Amino acid sequence: MIGGPRRVAQEVPRGAEMFKFVSMRLFQSIIVMLVVGLIAFGLFRFVGDPVNNMVGQDTTLEEREALTESLGLNDPFIVQYGRFVGKAVQGDFGMSYRLRQPVSDLIAERFPATLELSLVSAFMALLLGVPMGIYTALKPKSLFSRGFMTLSLMGVSLPTFLIGILLILFFGVTLRWLPTFGRGEVIQLGWWSSGFFTASGLKSLIMPAITLAIFQMTLIVRLVRAEMLEVLRTDYIKFAHARGLSPRLINFSIALRNTLVPVITIIGLQVGSIIAFAIITESVFQWPGMGLLFIQAVSEVDIPVMAAYLLLIAFVFVVINLIVDILYFVVDPRLRVQS
Amino acid sequence: MKMRNLLAASVCVLALGSNVATAETFKWAFQGDVQSLDPHGLNETFTLGYLGNVYEGLTAYDQDLQLQPALAESWENTSPTTWVFKLRQGVKFHDGSDFTADDVIFSWKRSLTDGSDMKGYGAKMADIKKIDDHTVELVTPAPNPILPRELVFLYMMDQGWSEKHGASEATSPKAADSTATYAAQNANGTGPFILTERQPDVRSKFTRFDDYWQDIPTNVTEVEFTPVSQDATRVAALISGELDLVYPIPVQDWTRLEEAEGVRPLTGPEARTIFLGMDQWRDELLYSSVKGKNPLKDKRVREAMAHAIDLNAIDEKIMRGAAVPAGILIAPEINGFDAAMNTPYDYNLEKSKQLLAEAGYPDGFELGMDCPNNRYVNDEKICQAVVGLLARAGIKVDLNAQPKSKYFAKVSPQNDNDTSFYLLGWTPGTIDVHNVLFNLMSSFDTEVNSGQFNYGRYSNPRIDAITQEVEKETDITKRQALIAEAFSILREDVGYLPLHQQPLSWGVREGVTVAQRADNVLDLRSVVIEK
Repeated sequence: MIGGPRRVAQEVPRGAEMFKFVSMRLFQSIIVMLVVGLIAFGLFRFVGDPVNNMVGQDTTLEEREALTESLGLNDPFIVQYGRFVGKAVQGDFGMSYRLRQPVSDLIAERFPATLELSLVSAFMALLLGVPMGIYTALKPKSLFSRGFMTLSLMGVSLPTFLIGILLILFFGVTLRWLPTFGRGEVIQLGWWSSGFFTASGLKSLIMPAITLAIFQMTLIVRLVRAEMLEVLRTDYIKFAHARGLSPRLINFSIALRNTLVPVITIIGLQVGSIIAFAIITESVFQWPGMGLLFIQAVSEVDIPVMAAYLLLIAFVFVVINLIVDILYFVVDPRLRVQS
Repeated sequence: MKMRNLLAASVCVLALGSNVATAETFKWAFQGDVQSLDPHGLNETFTLGYLGNVYEGLTAYDQDLQLQPALAESWENTSPTTWVFKLRQGVKFHDGSDFTADDVIFSWKRSLTDGSDMKGYGAKMADIKKIDDHTVELVTPAPNPILPRELVFLYMMDQGWSEKHGASEATSPKAADSTATYAAQNANGTGPFILTERQPDVRSKFTRFDDYWQDIPTNVTEVEFTPVSQDATRVAALISGELDLVYPIPVQDWTRLEEAEGVRPLTGPEARTIFLGMDQWRDELLYSSVKGKNPLKDKRVREAMAHAIDLNAIDEKIMRGAAVPAGILIAPEINGFDAAMNTPYDYNLEKSKQLLAEAGYPDGFELGMDCPNNRYVNDEKICQAVVGLLARAGIKVDLNAQPKSKYFAKVSPQNDNDTSFYLLGWTPGTIDVHNVLFNLMSSFDTEVNSGQFNYGRYSNPRIDAITQEVEKETDITKRQALIAEAFSILREDVGYLPLHQQPLSWGVREGVTVAQRADNVLDLRSVVIEK
């Protein structure tokens, strides 16, 4: 089997080095999360007054003041932050101001919805984006390629909100094929609620998944195309042609393989942003995931939910980055030499 | 094997879905969910209206906001400070237990516990004595002509159920453990609908309570409620036929609903009055080009503003003709309203300019304005219109429109009423004028908690005195005369600039009839679905 220059002989790193590297990264990750939390708490003061949303209009000033005091909202934000961290390390993220339930329960309830949506749209983006990218690289002048590239330009430039509403109007209101909002019926598998096993759940999933996938897909099309074009220009491809190998073997076995290394790295990172940027899609489709929970928390100044969500997203990014870093460490021998 | 179970489960769900479709299922959506199912948890219109289908008070409002007996059959004012309420017999809670005098006393005491947001209503009684199982005597701290109205939203809970589930105290928003929040996640009332399922922010389901004590028009047997936060999605869900009723509908979408098949907008005047307030207490305005004095303390300036704002233009251009221009701070649906007082200030730009010149501002002045942008119908647009209208008179307004959470945090008394000129809307929770006199028109006073929403701190000692008298005056004619006096003083002082009653804006599917209450409450008792 012929391998490109990017393929590196995989040598298992020595245990001690690996341990040092990972523990260093873990330590840095904790610092990142602490800083995210600190910035978040610094900003919460500017979001508004939560107490006004928690009491009725006839509630007296004294009672409002007492509630503000008992929630600790009069303390400097550093103190509030410290209290939050102190409880968070024990697994207690407090009670939602708006829904009056433990935040950890709320997030556990919403997490499956967001993850199912994110995974489906990530798969959609991959399954459509990679072939389209390859095609546009191999036949850059064909009519289809131009069509794909125009579409991908639209995908990048149209706001998610607009795409979602257009889909709703066409498939939901005009054709009435698909439900306009919500997640349909779900089935409980232990604590995990899944929409994969009911007809209404699957139908509900289609439009939000497409909306969320479009931006990622266009990104993948453009990335695969650019990488592929670059690989096709390299000497080893020319050499392979010179050797008389079939174009099919060259394109798919050699060129594509070398293209996918950077693509996979980027896609890994994109999974994090799909989860984080599901906010808009979720609020357009009233999809009961974490993004919707967060956006409503912002409008009602639900500080415990905002804090927990931001930390969770920071955690997701930190973990993905850590995995990517470890992969680099495995793949790239130069890193090991330096450390 | 596992897969087969899942398939079986999904088949079950599908079968269930088709069953429900044959019963009379009513599906509706609002822009948000209730915070809590605890009837004493939050004194807010939507929450109390929603819970009013599950829980009930001793009295209730009908579809025209007229007071009706509910869990009490009748009542009598036996002395100035005592009322005897005869309770309805044979009323059952959803769990099957009987409604008795003990539940009334328990619910009242619960409304006064720490976490309760209904303390204001609970405090209207000094004591409740049990005469027998179905008679109670309510003792008020002072004579109170509107006591039966103050009981509408004080919902009755079952003592046994609450004690069994550790819910004897109202759930506070700061409650830390889940056992203390049982009543926030579960409900057991006497109302026509039983809450069967609730996923906060996602869906609530209700079933008709077969043992409900009265005959009601509705033929609905199942109810499904979904909060849908985006306006565009909510409207689309209605037009697509997935929902039977949604609200609110943006005013600009009314034509769309009229043109779409199978749906229609349902509109009418809401009991909420939108008005402008002005800083009348600071010696120098926080946001103005005038330094060293407060131009809004000068009555001529306030009058000039009143004559510069064209209410009809706002109604036609911003509210599509659906608002009702207002002359006072209460709507016709509010107890104590008097049509004779409701003539708006006339629009007269010349007079306005003349008044400004007399006050010493021939070239006008600059003024900052605060406005919410997601609280009332077209709130920000109204403020923009006011900016344009006042500019014609020479007052250059600098608008600061922001989300309600930020707006209220800025202008509230906790923040020392940090505003010079603002827009606010008000529906008195008691549907009675005293609430308006007390909260909006009385002097700001932290001792007696009056004037809490009088953000501009307008103050007139005579109105303060009248407010106290209105609270106690049991003679309806005398009371009405006092109210008229208070409003004519306010008008003479130009203490506020009333704008209009905002429109209710619902959308319904054809074939669904429903009473649209002026307090924007959906009473499921009135919903009828045509076959």
